Amino acid sequence: KANQSPLYMTQDRTEMSEDDDDQSPPSDLRSEPPCSSSSSAVDSTPNKSRNCISSSGTMTASQPFPDHVLENVLENVLQFLDSRCDRNSASLVCKSWWKVEALTRSEVFIGNCYALSPARLTQRFKRVRSLVLKGKPRFADFNLMPPDWGANFAPWVSTMAKAYPWLEKVDLKRMFVTDDDLALLAESFPGFKELILVCCEGFGTSGIALVANKCRKLKVLDLIESEVTDDEIDWISCFPEDVTSLESLAFDCVEAPINFKALEGLVGRSPFLRKLRLNRFVSLEELHRLLLGAPQLTCLGTGSFSHDNGAHQSEPEPDYAAAFRACKSVVCLSGFRELMPEYLPAIFPVCANLTSLNFSYANISPDMFKPIIHNCHKLQVFWVCILLDLCLHDSEGPVSELGLQAISEGCRNLESILYFCQRMTNAAVIAMSENCPELTVFRLCIMGRHRPDHVTGKPMDEGFGAIVKNCKKLTRLAVSGLLTDQAFRYMGEYGKLIRTLSVAFAGDSDMALRHVLEGCPRLQKLEIRDSPFGDVALRCGMHRYYNMRFVWMSACSLSKSCCKDVARAMQNLVVEVIGSDDDDDNRDYVETLYMYRSLDGPRKDAPKFVTIL
Amino acid sequence: MAYEEIINGLNLKDTELRLGLPGTEEEEQQQLQEVSCVRSNKRQFHETTDEHNLKEESSPPAKTQIVGWPPVRSNRKNNNKNVSYMKVSMDGAPYLRKIDLKMYKNYSELLKALENMFKFTIGEYSEREGYKGSGFVPTYEDKDGDWMLVGDVPWDMFSSSCQKLRIMKRSEAPPAS
Repeated sequence: KANQSPLYMTQDRTEMSEDDDDQSPPSDLRSEPPCSSSSSAVDSTPNKSRNCISSSGTMTASQPFPDHVLENVLENVLQFLDSRCDRNSASLVCKSWWKVEALTRSEVFIGNCYALSPARLTQRFKRVRSLVLKGKPRFADFNLMPPDWGANFAPWVSTMAKAYPWLEKVDLKRMFVTDDDLALLAESFPGFKELILVCCEGFGTSGIALVANKCRKLKVLDLIESEVTDDEIDWISCFPEDVTSLESLAFDCVEAPINFKALEGLVGRSPFLRKLRLNRFVSLEELHRLLLGAPQLTCLGTGSFSHDNGAHQSEPEPDYAAAFRACKSVVCLSGFRELMPEYLPAIFPVCANLTSLNFSYANISPDMFKPIIHNCHKLQVFWVCILLDLCLHDSEGPVSELGLQAISEGCRNLESILYFCQRMTNAAVIAMSENCPELTVFRLCIMGRHRPDHVTGKPMDEGFGAIVKNCKKLTRLAVSGLLTDQAFRYMGEYGKLIRTLSVAFAGDSDMALRHVLEGCPRLQKLEIRDSPFGDVALRCGMHRYYNMRFVWMSACSLSKSCCKDVARAMQNLVVEVIGSDDDDDNRDYVETLYMYRSLDGPRKDAPKFVTIL
Repeated sequence: MAYEEIINGLNLKDTELRLGLPGTEEEEQQQLQEVSCVRSNKRQFHETTDEHNLKEESSPPAKTQIVGWPPVRSNRKNNNKNVSYMKVSMDGAPYLRKIDLKMYKNYSELLKALENMFKFTIGEYSEREGYKGSGFVPTYEDKDGDWMLVGDVPWDMFSSSCQKLRIMKRSEAPPAS
């Protein structure tokens, strides 16, 4: 079932899409196995004809092999099971399968760090080598929640330090990680190989320096969209002096100058390096030098893509296009942090092979990216933000929708798009839905709130409706612009595979949310802000909330009493009410609701501004 | 991200006539944005379009700037103005630490916290001889960039001028004057 595209294996997938390839309801991480072999298995698994060897007495006296031999066989077989959802299903077959599956699961995925305690993890799974852990809800990124909400890595790392000394990989998203945590990690896991921190904060370059220095088998150090304090440490120089095992180094989010000479040396002694993402303190000239020394790269973050301020103007300009041409394996391109547009054509030689292109940090217009897109026939992932859409000359007309049109015509294999713009038309969105049937992620952010189709003046209902209808593989959707309940009716009717839905400033009434809660059976993550959905809508989803990872609703029309009712009715749901003046307890209005299922009850580290109902 | 400036309505700066020193407006916008981030979570459903708002320089930005919109990760550092983190380094220690000076009321509390943090003892302070009885000397950099001995000035003066702390090895520290 592994995805054939090489892109799937890169960290970019982790960063860009929250889709986790989990097609089944998540497993119940109970520490006690189901006591009856048949009943729970039958309830949860569709395959009722599966024959299960139970340990509770259906075995006959003439049974050839004792239990432990069968378990050994099972262990040898289950070892090869990689897929998370297959493992979840296997664990529900019977007690013995549950036990063996727990022994053989080496990669654990936890989509919400508050769904269970670290102790529960280590009690059930004894041989974990890799942990993926996610913390804060995504809307926390946009200051919709006060800082210090939680999602601390500390209790996890301290528990794992004792339980999993052979731990090799930690992949965190939206967690609060301190330098102390990184220090403990660097000290506790001698075989540590991969550290991936996506949208994390709480640490600085000193913690990174420790990891670089002490984790001698490090293959992956990826800092992606994280906030990293500048502790004025030359962390690049902290890597060991001999040949490294580095395969991936990403530090584009580190807002601090780096020692370029040390970086050049590091790249030079890292023969396995395939992915390198530079920060904006690396100039175009420096990039050029690195590329000459590392033509084997598959994934490149270009850094500033502009001149040094003190650049020598007298030298003949390096042949940037030649350097890119030499990088025959580049399939993933990002960076362009301070893009000088006149140098953009240098990337033409790699366009034909590109599967992922991220322009979201670039000050770029459709006129600039259209000629590039035109050559990117293999493109699967595209991110861009179009700043200025206000043309001074009306005759030229706005360009955002033309940009989208160009992408849909040039990139028929597109799977994932993130597109920010000021305005859009239904026609362009419909065209994309028809030209790009492989779309799994469609995130369109029309920055003007409540903006209708700027040509017809109509709501954007038909455009998004076409997306859910025509893109049959769609699992993630983010909507914007002027949307009525009709758009949500389409989502409920056609969006059968949608797992993640982001809604802002949309809809007319509770019916909209109701359509989605009743119509989208695979919905896992729902985040809504500033939309007129209230108690009636919330109650419509009660049959779904245990099967979802979380629901976020802020600045909607929810009342505290209704949220209390939900909390009372669903004991394993943690219902957090966040923010708003807490001296005003009488106020029934809920500013922010964040609710999620949990096996270990409400968390004990909630800050003052969080009320758990 | 590159386009925060635009979103904050500053793209019309070039064509706008204003009085005042350059840079002041940005600061004001920033402050007001912080205010709106911290306090005003009130959503406005029936806003006029953003285009219109961009031109309305006269209306208070707190109203027209919606928290967290457009949905891009912004640098959160600017929002934490109520906390002042101070870098603390110690000679020989592998990495820097950060403390919030506001958490301490006097020198003994601060020094005790440092001792706990770095697992060492500071020794006895005397005005004449500085710190005796340990291999370490706590120093700090003040607003003027000078390195001073912790404890020489009254606490309030210290806490308002201290920029960063460094716990020096006695061998490195200059003799007490």
